[in-house]
Amino acid sequence: MKITVILRLEPVLTEELELTNDARDVDREWIGLDMNQFDDQALEQAILIKEQTGAEVVAIAIEDEGTDRMLKTALARGADTARLIPMDEYDVESRSSRAMAPIYAMAIRELEPDMVLVGVLSNADIYGELAPYLAAHLGWPQASAISQVTLGTGQVTLRQEYAGGRSARLALQLPAIAGLQTAAQPPRYVAGSKLRDLLKVQIPELNIEAVPGADLAEATTLALPDMSGAAEMIDGDAQEIANAIHALLEEKGFV
Amino acid sequence: MGILVQIEHVDGQVADGAHELLAMARSLGGTVEALVCAKDATTVAAIADELDADTVVAVADAVLADYVPAAYLTCLAQAMEDRAPDLVLLSYSTAGIDLAGGVALKSGREMVCYATAIERDGAVLTVKSQVYSGKLTASTTLPLPGIVVVMPGAIKAPERAGGSAPVEELVVDLSVSQSIRHVENLLPDSDGIDLTKAERIVCVGRALGGTDKLPLAEALAVKLGAEIAGSRPVIDAGWLPRARQVGKSGTKVKPKLYLMAGVSGAPEHLEGMQDSDLIIALNSDEQAPIFRKAHYGAVCDMFEVLPALTEKLG
Ligand SMILES: Cc1cc2nc3c(=O)[nH]c(=O)nc-3n(C[C@H](O)[C@H](O)[C@H](O)COP(=O)(O)OP(=O)(O)OC[C@H]3O[C@@H](n4cnc5c(N)ncnc54)[C@H](O)[C@@H]3O)c2cc1C
Ligand SMILES: Nc1ncnc2c1ncn2[C@@H]1O[C@H](COP(=O)(O)O)[C@@H](O)[C@H]1O
Repeated sequence: MKITVILRLEPVLTEELELTNDARDVDREWIGLDMNQFDDQALEQAILIKEQTGAEVVAIAIEDEGTDRMLKTALARGADTARLIPMDEYDVESRSSRAMAPIYAMAIRELEPDMVLVGVLSNADIYGELAPYLAAHLGWPQASAISQVTLGTGQVTLRQEYAGGRSARLALQLPAIAGLQTAAQPPRYVAGSKLRDLLKVQIPELNIEAVPGADLAEATTLALPDMSGAAEMIDGDAQEIANAIHALLEEKGFV
Repeated sequence: MGILVQIEHVDGQVADGAHELLAMARSLGGTVEALVCAKDATTVAAIADELDADTVVAVADAVLADYVPAAYLTCLAQAMEDRAPDLVLLSYSTAGIDLAGGVALKSGREMVCYATAIERDGAVLTVKSQVYSGKLTASTTLPLPGIVVVMPGAIKAPERAGGSAPVEELVVDLSVSQSIRHVENLLPDSDGIDLTKAERIVCVGRALGGTDKLPLAEALAVKLGAEIAGSRPVIDAGWLPRARQVGKSGTKVKPKLYLMAGVSGAPEHLEGMQDSDLIIALNSDEQAPIFRKAHYGAVCDMFEVLPALTEKLG
């Protein structure tokens, strides 16, 4: 059994976001990039399946600043192999899922896994999510918002989540794709020493010609949100804030 | 302009999001067709009765008794081919995520997601969306024919208008072996807690960092007579039981008081609590999207303010 996990970097959202001059993208010059939180869950789920079934896990990523380190993290976490998809940053106008899907699809065809796991969404994907696009390119069954994966022979059983805490179990014929929401356990911690051991390791490249697809990137502009109607802010140190909230709760009749 | 709206329902109960999509379609003008996939004609008729549409396009097949991504994808793709709508509207829900990308590629249409508003100027739409978990807004020009995936709660649906739209059956061959099979439905875990009944909620986010700091929030909740709740990462990490999750895939609440600490205010969380009467948010990031939805906010370290507030409450 072979599982391919797709890993993507995205801006760290607890930091301040600034826009490029043309407002078409966030300014990536200074911003921190981190592994997509849902891809992180997908990676953990893949490793858990490996531990249970002996499946082989291959982590892939499209080249960007920091992907090398991310793929090494995946190795340290327990992936069997990692492969980098080479990409000249000057060739890419947009890294949206729609634009990148044909490239990942080529990589998947090359790797021939039984199962592809990827995060349910990435925070910049205004043109749609990767798992369904990938499924359409490959003609494979797909389900997103997944919180349980049980890999069997010829099929995988997924728990798919809906609104209001409802969920269902679905059986998909392999090969299949799952858009992961949550792994069965929180992503494991990797010791820095384990990562340092991998410093000299060369991540092999996948030999495919990466041609992005089209999206609408040219027609989109970003803006910081309109703050009218936003919260009334309470200033001060912790004690002053606590006092003000207490006064507010009194005024509204909660205490 | 022809607009096709994907109708979601659970056992014949139409989802709020579906009514919102219909209201949005109405606001854009043109003819509104609602696509209903259900297990039989009786269910279709009951659903059709609830919809404010010009036509109900219906697929009735036992395979559609439960949501099955592959079968629903086949129906939507065929409905789009058959009715050739200028615009297709779906909700940002599990089905919306599953289906939109597939039909966009198949039909070669442009698509925009997370829409909070759509403006129409002839054959061009301008779509406003939330991106980066709500930290930025995007404005996109969408040429028609196109597809838009709309945030739940983006528009207030009017009181059920009811409908007398004619039902036109769409014949879709779902007999060929489907690559996805529905196995069973799973009910929500309850643990005996019903957050929808709580009048006061103290909600903690990922910033909590672990169960060791949980007592800080619990002490406040006790003082306030509030239930404790968490954002999805808090539940996923096992710091609180699943029945205490608020949001898109958790419980939708509307308490009198929703005091939240260390929650960023991602759209999926807001979906579950934005109608609360009084929202007070503590967050260390002044750009946190929650400050756009909260009524009162403070940029602070929750680990300092929570105990100070608890103490103040005596
Ligand atoms: C299909 C789907 C369904 C989902 N369903 C849900 C759902 O039901 N419920 C839900 O909550 N999410 C849901 N999510 C996840 C959602 O997208 C977000 O990932 C999640 O809401 C983020 O949780 P958070 O705000 O706790 O964490 P983060 O986004 O990581 O935010 C943590 C916040 O804490 C702040 N902070 C850090 N340190 C401190 C400090 N010392 N004091 C004060 N503030 C601090 C940070 O500035 C940050 O804003 C869903 C996602 C998907 C794709
Ligand atoms: N990952 C999960 N998280 C929370 N609840 C779950 C999970 N998996 C299963 N359940 C619940 O556990 C109960 C029994 O599940 P099962 O025995 O796996 O069918 C059902 O009510 C499910 O909703």
